[in-house]
Amino acid sequence: MNIIQKIGILLFLVAFLIFTLMPGLNKFTLTEDTLKISNEHHRTEVLKLAKEKGIIGKEQGSNIAFIKDLKSVLLTAQNNLNEQFSSSPPAGVGEWDFKMADWQIKNYVRDSITESGSGWVTKNPMQGFLLTFGLGILGGLLFIIPKFAQPAGIKNDGIYHSSLTKGLQFGPKMFMLLSTIIGVLIYGYKYNNGNLFWPLLTGIIALIIVGLVFLYEKEKLFNPPRSASVVLTGWLGMLFGIYLVGFYILLYWAPHLITNWMTIVSPVSEFLSGNKASQWFLYGLMYTIIVLVMGIRMISKYRHNKYQMVRTASVMFFQTAIAFTLPEILVRLNYPYYDFKNIWPLNYSFFFDYNINNLLASGNLGIFMLVWGIVLMLIGVPVITYFYGKRWYCSWVCGCGGLAETLGDPYRQLSDKSLRAWKFERWIIHGVLVAAVVMTVMVLFHYFTGSASILGISSDSLRGWYGFLIGSAFAGVVGTGFYPLMGNRTWCRFGCPLAAYLGLVQRFKSRFRITTNGGQCISCGNCSTYCEMGIDVRAYAQKGQDIVRSSCVGCGVCSAVCPRGVLRLENASGDINTRADEMRTIHISEDQVGIL
Amino acid sequence: MHTVIIGNGISGISSARWLRKLSDNKITVISSESKYFYSRTALMYIYMGHMREVDTQPYEPWFWEKNRIDLLQEHITKIDFNKKTLQTKNGKEIQYDQLVLALGSKPNKFGWPGQDLNGVGGLYHIQDLENMEKYSPNLKKAVITGGGLIGLEMAEMFHSRNIPVTMLVREPSYWNNALPNEESAMISRHITHHGIDLRLNTNLGEIVDDGNGTACGVIVKETGEKIDCGYVGLTAGVSPNIGWLKDGPIETNRGILVDENLQTNIQDVYAIGDCAEMRNPLPGRRPIEAIWYTGRMMGETVAYNITGKKVSYDPGIWFNSAKFLDIEYQVYGEMPPQPAEHHQNLYWEHDDGEKSIRIVYDKNSEVVLGFNLMGIRFRHEVCDKWIKDKTKIDQVLQDLSLANFDPEFYEQYEGMLLKKYNDQTGKNLTLQKKRKLDQVLKFLKVRS
Repeated sequence: MNIIQKIGILLFLVAFLIFTLMPGLNKFTLTEDTLKISNEHHRTEVLKLAKEKGIIGKEQGSNIAFIKDLKSVLLTAQNNLNEQFSSSPPAGVGEWDFKMADWQIKNYVRDSITESGSGWVTKNPMQGFLLTFGLGILGGLLFIIPKFAQPAGIKNDGIYHSSLTKGLQFGPKMFMLLSTIIGVLIYGYKYNNGNLFWPLLTGIIALIIVGLVFLYEKEKLFNPPRSASVVLTGWLGMLFGIYLVGFYILLYWAPHLITNWMTIVSPVSEFLSGNKASQWFLYGLMYTIIVLVMGIRMISKYRHNKYQMVRTASVMFFQTAIAFTLPEILVRLNYPYYDFKNIWPLNYSFFFDYNINNLLASGNLGIFMLVWGIVLMLIGVPVITYFYGKRWYCSWVCGCGGLAETLGDPYRQLSDKSLRAWKFERWIIHGVLVAAVVMTVMVLFHYFTGSASILGISSDSLRGWYGFLIGSAFAGVVGTGFYPLMGNRTWCRFGCPLAAYLGLVQRFKSRFRITTNGGQCISCGNCSTYCEMGIDVRAYAQKGQDIVRSSCVGCGVCSAVCPRGVLRLENASGDINTRADEMRTIHISEDQVGIL
Repeated sequence: MHTVIIGNGISGISSARWLRKLSDNKITVISSESKYFYSRTALMYIYMGHMREVDTQPYEPWFWEKNRIDLLQEHITKIDFNKKTLQTKNGKEIQYDQLVLALGSKPNKFGWPGQDLNGVGGLYHIQDLENMEKYSPNLKKAVITGGGLIGLEMAEMFHSRNIPVTMLVREPSYWNNALPNEESAMISRHITHHGIDLRLNTNLGEIVDDGNGTACGVIVKETGEKIDCGYVGLTAGVSPNIGWLKDGPIETNRGILVDENLQTNIQDVYAIGDCAEMRNPLPGRRPIEAIWYTGRMMGETVAYNITGKKVSYDPGIWFNSAKFLDIEYQVYGEMPPQPAEHHQNLYWEHDDGEKSIRIVYDKNSEVVLGFNLMGIRFRHEVCDKWIKDKTKIDQVLQDLSLANFDPEFYEQYEGMLLKKYNDQTGKNLTLQKKRKLDQVLKFLKVRS
């Protein structure tokens, strides 16, 4: 590491620290203008109480203090309104136009705090942006750019020596995973307003999957998994994982605590769409910046490999142009927000009533978007996957894939290569696909027939739970938060229903396969180690067998890290099923030595 | 029937796997080095932090149980060939019906003064790796003697930890007793470009003792110069690890002598891999070939012979591969470092000096004999078939794209090689085939 790189790391860490502290940095003042309550009954009551308690015009030093005050006023108001309603119901006002619901309290807090910033951050959002994002980008680039001066070639030196990338022992890893799952279910119980049905059903399904793997597939409980090592514990990776998990929890379920982050990216949002930044804009912008900066790192690392460079440039383009910028511009032009490359069932809300109605109400472009989404799903996916394998999407176009291939590249070796992991993978990912289909069918049934439930299960509550469990907890909290713990494709491998769909096409009807080069394999294990999908590539390569696996995203890294030139990603006609059976390593038999 | 295999390297494990496929014998694999089979060729990646030790194990632990292959971590000290028993270091006796010796190699030591000091070692066993690890913290400099594959691997290992390395190479150019001149020069340049101090035409004189039995430097034989260092790597080749069998009834020369069925002079005792020496090597082949692929093929052959199907060992057309720092290397067929009388060489090198293609063909018959690739990947099956079918150079060059195995989007250089050939011969050949897998499969399916 040279001096420029050291400065880069230092700058990045400073930016990272400022960013982390940012939510606690601003000051907040509630005024009549910034109290965002549109319901007149609510507003009058809250304003009265707020004035009595003297919090109007009072500057608070932190968001937590601000929220505490506001919340206590709101709760008192809620009580008062409830009492008023029961003692002397106002004439001509519906019950819930008068009373204040719990979810309204949440919204009032979020909307008001967003407007009430009065400290340095609110006054200097640009400076805030430069000190965090700007400085972070600069530091990152200073660290990455000098790498272009080193000789090109595979650069995996020290990955298993670094506390950030060497992964966890089996025990701590399982502890992290289980505590996250249990945490999600408990939070889900609260999120669902104390309804036990969905968390319980999820728990039962999880137990069924465990049962299927250990009883039906006869996996041994105490089989030592090869993925685990006895001596390695990456503490930095663990901390980074916890940080990421925390970030996603705030993003999804406590956005009112991170309004300062939204404030500093608001100038960018206003420039693009004309609107103030929501937490989703914040997330999209961060995501894009990370894909771009870490994409440059990916290119520096694989600049001897044109496949990797083209592929990385592709995910950088799709994230920046199609996923991030284009939807913002559409919004500016008063068209629906639409990500043209997001396909059902990854885009699980595509068939939700509000989305369909929104698209149908948006003229020709809206209709086009609706048709485009359906055509892509029904024709685009199978046809393109037939020709090129699922890689065309997963490692060239997809946003989740884009993040995994850039930010996640240093963690690709942490995927579990054991047969046991593969067994879990198949049940879980196809289970999610089934869940996505069932959920969508119910939502559409509701949409077309107007009947809100089937067999006593309401489609609204199912879709709410799917969004919470799969859309937020699995794809976000576990999917990205677990990069440093279980590898960079945890979501893509175990959870993504679109990956499952693409995978089925790839496995049964595709020209794509990875071929092996005769008898050249030395079983070294680089391919398996660096397979982010946890495929034991070596098991095939050392037999001279082609690799046809539904999970393979075609990132091409196995081929890149192979020291003997054994693996090649190829498309060819011919039945992949029989191709995969042929073993083409050199074989000795009674009468001949032969290849093929 | 109880088949015991001593040694769990690629040869021993291949024989165990094939025995299981072909028979119902009880199979025991004994090794004192490690319980589980690991890929010896991947040792360097553990040190460099690319992989953990478990990642170098090609099979998960359940594999052995499922295939009823017993693994025993024991050191065998004595074999009684008459009673068909083995004795372990702990005094245990093991009966066998057939015995496979897959004992591997040990690093060569040529009697250098100081060669047995602490901080001196080869690179063959896990224990060698542990030794390197032990001396690596705060290591200021390492010196490696030997200009072959393992020498460069060791240099790359230290280099990956920013430990300065000096390589003492006896020859005038890196590995030029195996690589043709241009390729040897290319790798020599590449080594220097990476910042490794490559000293050619240089021999190790002696290793200097720091007074406490640990190496503290080496003295160069030619100049008497002393190079201070904290570790000395001995990588001047390997030889069969058979010292403890030398005085027994088993016939040995440099290795354990075996016939074409890999059987030793003793009934039911076989030897394979690095430790086996062919009594009658096949034409063009050396009696001992200490490489991964021959070990694997011997393991398969011996399994046939043990199960009663007599098969002669025939490794087919020579092939090998390696990676020199960032340059991959593949070879198929005949590729002597100095061309034979009847050989004609066609050589093309990229302007960047890190890629090349060489094709050797017969001057008179124009039949292609061998391929040598640097920084470019060729398909094993295609090259093998061309050589086997005695394909003429013109045909091979026109179809050369069939052999291209580089990843997608890579630039293809077959045209440049062809142009060079056209310029040299005044011919006007053009490329006829694309590298598409469909065409390759079609080509491979036509039996000669």
